[in-house]
Amino acid sequence: MKNLSFNIIILIILTFTSFPVQSQNIEYIKVPELEKILKNPDNKLFVINFWASWCAPCIKEYPHFEKVSKEYDPAKVEFIMISLDFPSQVEKELLPFLKKNKSSLKVAVMMDVDYNSWIDKVDSSWQGDIPATLIFNNMKKMRHFRSGEIDESGLRKMINELL
Amino acid sequence: MKKFILLFSGAVLLTMGTVAKEPYKAGDYASDFNLRNVNGKMVSLTQLEDAKGFILVFTCNTCPVVKKYEQRIIDLHNQFNGRGYPVVAINSNDKEVSPGDSFEEMQKSARSKGYKFEYLYDESQDVAKEYGATNTPQVFVLSKIEGKLKIEYVGAIDNNSDNESNADKSYVKDAVNALLKGEQVPVAGTKAVGCGIKWKRT
Repeated sequence: MKNLSFNIIILIILTFTSFPVQSQNIEYIKVPELEKILKNPDNKLFVINFWASWCAPCIKEYPHFEKVSKEYDPAKVEFIMISLDFPSQVEKELLPFLKKNKSSLKVAVMMDVDYNSWIDKVDSSWQGDIPATLIFNNMKKMRHFRSGEIDESGLRKMINELL
Repeated sequence: MKKFILLFSGAVLLTMGTVAKEPYKAGDYASDFNLRNVNGKMVSLTQLEDAKGFILVFTCNTCPVVKKYEQRIIDLHNQFNGRGYPVVAINSNDKEVSPGDSFEEMQKSARSKGYKFEYLYDESQDVAKEYGATNTPQVFVLSKIEGKLKIEYVGAIDNNSDNESNADKSYVKDAVNALLKGEQVPVAGTKAVGCGIKWKRT
């Protein structure tokens, strides 16, 4: 009996500790999946933020994306946070960050660190400095890219200009 | 009056020119500078007469990508200083925006890691702007040609920030080795994810 209740406790602990990570909207991507995101033909505005949990200005603006994402119809504006965390630190740094901040945003973790092979696919003006934000609607042939930190009203303005 | 307007618009154009300056790329000639090192001494590249060129690294104390690359930067100096290509590191981050990148913190970093290369403080950020540096770490390999500084390579150290042993392209090493043999640099420019330089708040 003692053994059984011990097992149940362990089971409960496991369920609750692993639950938030599993419920998070995370996928692991490489260049082909990145290209698929960038070339998405849907008539929809995509808001793509390039960030990492090690990047101070990125984690400062992360809550703005979380908040602003909830103000739009997901059928019209889709947010994807592309994490550039070091693949070796995803478990130790990124997942705990997402859990701690109760992130509900879709996160795509870029596992290809050969940056020079794909930075220009995002925007030819981008030098690789993060944070950086790309907003586009491929069907309407609209796009806007900027690197550097953005505040809440700046993000809203950037979206509304293309909506 | 006409002359004044002309002069004025000239001045405006000049200022705009400095703001919207194109970053240096391979083939350009670079300006020298005069910056303070962690020992308080002023350093210019052209003063370093024994050098055939330089591995100029825009770096800082705080960026996690720099921390990943710190040992590789030290190794580059150890490998190439004796052959005429020393590392010269520059921190251009604003200390108000990034307090960990103050001059005092630079001195601590240099001391704790025993930097044998120059670590210079670009407090005004003029050098970063002149070179068009955007990230840390970002490398400019320069060669000295008749006393002038020619840009040979701009970009990343190699193609795996996470783990050096998984990198299959060593851009900076390959560039310097080619220059030492009198050959063309194989890859003249790359881009890499890094921390944006912490510009002064305007």
